[in-house]
Amino acid sequence: MGTGNFETTIGLEVHVEMQTNSKLMSPSPVHYGDEPNENTNVIDFGYPGVLPVANKGALEFGMRAALALHATVSPFIRWDRKNYFYPDNPKAYQTTQSQTPLGTNGYLDVQLEDGCVKRVRIKELHVEEDAGKNTHGTDGYSYVDLNRQGTPLIEIVSEADIASPEEAYAYLEQLRQTILFTGISEAKMQEGQMRADVNISLRPYGSDQYGTKVEMKNINSFNYVRNALYFEEKRQAEVLRAGGVIQQETRRYNEPTKSTILMRVKEGADDYRYFPEPDLAPVVIDQAWIDKVAAELPKSAAERQHDYVTNLGIEPYDAEVLTQTLAMANFYDATVVAGADAKRAANYLIGDVNAYMNKHQVELSETQLTPEHLAGMIRLIESGTISTKQAKQVFEAIMTGEEPEAFAKKHGLVQISDPAVLLEWITTVLDANPQSIEDFKGGKDRATGFLIGQLMKMSKGQANPGIMNKMLLEELAKR
Amino acid sequence: MSETTISKEEVAHVAHLAKLAFDDAELEQFTTQLGDILNIFDTLGEVDTTAVEPTYSVTENVNHLRQDVAENWHQKQALLDNAPESAAGLIKVPAILDGEGE
Repeated sequence: MGTGNFETTIGLEVHVEMQTNSKLMSPSPVHYGDEPNENTNVIDFGYPGVLPVANKGALEFGMRAALALHATVSPFIRWDRKNYFYPDNPKAYQTTQSQTPLGTNGYLDVQLEDGCVKRVRIKELHVEEDAGKNTHGTDGYSYVDLNRQGTPLIEIVSEADIASPEEAYAYLEQLRQTILFTGISEAKMQEGQMRADVNISLRPYGSDQYGTKVEMKNINSFNYVRNALYFEEKRQAEVLRAGGVIQQETRRYNEPTKSTILMRVKEGADDYRYFPEPDLAPVVIDQAWIDKVAAELPKSAAERQHDYVTNLGIEPYDAEVLTQTLAMANFYDATVVAGADAKRAANYLIGDVNAYMNKHQVELSETQLTPEHLAGMIRLIESGTISTKQAKQVFEAIMTGEEPEAFAKKHGLVQISDPAVLLEWITTVLDANPQSIEDFKGGKDRATGFLIGQLMKMSKGQANPGIMNKMLLEELAKR
Repeated sequence: MSETTISKEEVAHVAHLAKLAFDDAELEQFTTQLGDILNIFDTLGEVDTTAVEPTYSVTENVNHLRQDVAENWHQKQALLDNAPESAAGLIKVPAILDGEGE
């Protein structure tokens, strides 16, 4: 990959907001979409004299991410202060881990477009605080909401193993799914729960030294990351081809022009004046603790896909659809555990349930559907108690929280498959329509259609059509 | 022991990071004062610490952690009242040039 005579080198730092109940250093709720500054207290506002205490749950979520990315969990961590002045953080420092990251030396296997699998090494993962949100007014003021201030983040730093904008995109998709299946975050891009800082450099093929890298921060869309990298790859190649020099700088991606704009020339790392956080106790992580977190880690999407295909006979494509979100995969697993036919359960979730969610613009968890109800309806279909046609009505009902069996009974949605009952109806209808029997024998196929119509009328639509058809033909042959 | 020195440029740089504006006379003054302070710290350099692990925390306390339970202390209004300016539940600050911060 690369541009002309240059080889592209890309590294990504991805921040994911972890959906803990409370913030990293204060018990304020972590909750998106509340009134500004509702979820803040003196700790979040950085008042003097407060005594922050680190959130055990946030560390355990961080450990989940480390384990899912095959990283080594550090036996000892302590916190550091990264100092900077900006109104999104009134403490004037971010609590982070600069010297003792929670996880090191991991990797992520990324499926590329051409079917190849590329292993991207993860240099480190650390837990740190998110900042608040600024809104820049047109009146000469900026407005600050500190609800997000102190939300725990996991920062995932890749090695510079990524060789093209496409690979960066594939890495981000794979990373998102991996994180999603740890259960620590829904990683919703539109809510800023996952953001990427990217760096890119070019060097002539064969060179053993990396070129000067340019950084772009806080991009919250995978497409934007890819576009920004396309632009930057081209821009840097043009500068280098013209004999120019790449400056170490931070640029910003501008979507309308799909180009990058210079923001500032890079400050040295020392300018953040990191120093050990004196107010927080270090953390010792022993193997027993790691084992406990590992036991709580949900199964990955890849493991589940493999299980669905090999043990449940699900098509690979369907297995992929079922594992697009952890919520859907968990729901599917629970439906199968509740006794549903695996294939039918997959078809309902991928088809009708997804369609329902799209139509009503809701998440699965926002519907009234439970795995038990879906399984209950599927059992009714499998046992022949209701027809697939009747199931449509039952489906609408279970989406609003009705119990399938009770609903079907109440609305007379039962299918009659009892041969004795069916035979009685068939006999009655045939006795009443001798002309149709003659027509049938004369080779008129229409005649059976008429007889079935009569039977459906008589059974109020409840006759099992498959069995009834078969029995009708048998009885006609006997006459 | 050699004396630690701090240059006027370094003082200006640190002042810039701290968003402080000093005139030339003040820079001279702080350079001298900070130099004197650092020289006192140099006394520490006389102690041989080659075999001593760096101290990151003065307590022996480890794993002092909190369970992940949310509590809203309902301090919003008091905190906003204490801010220099606020509007619509937001802290109002002089316009920020884009692109700084974390």
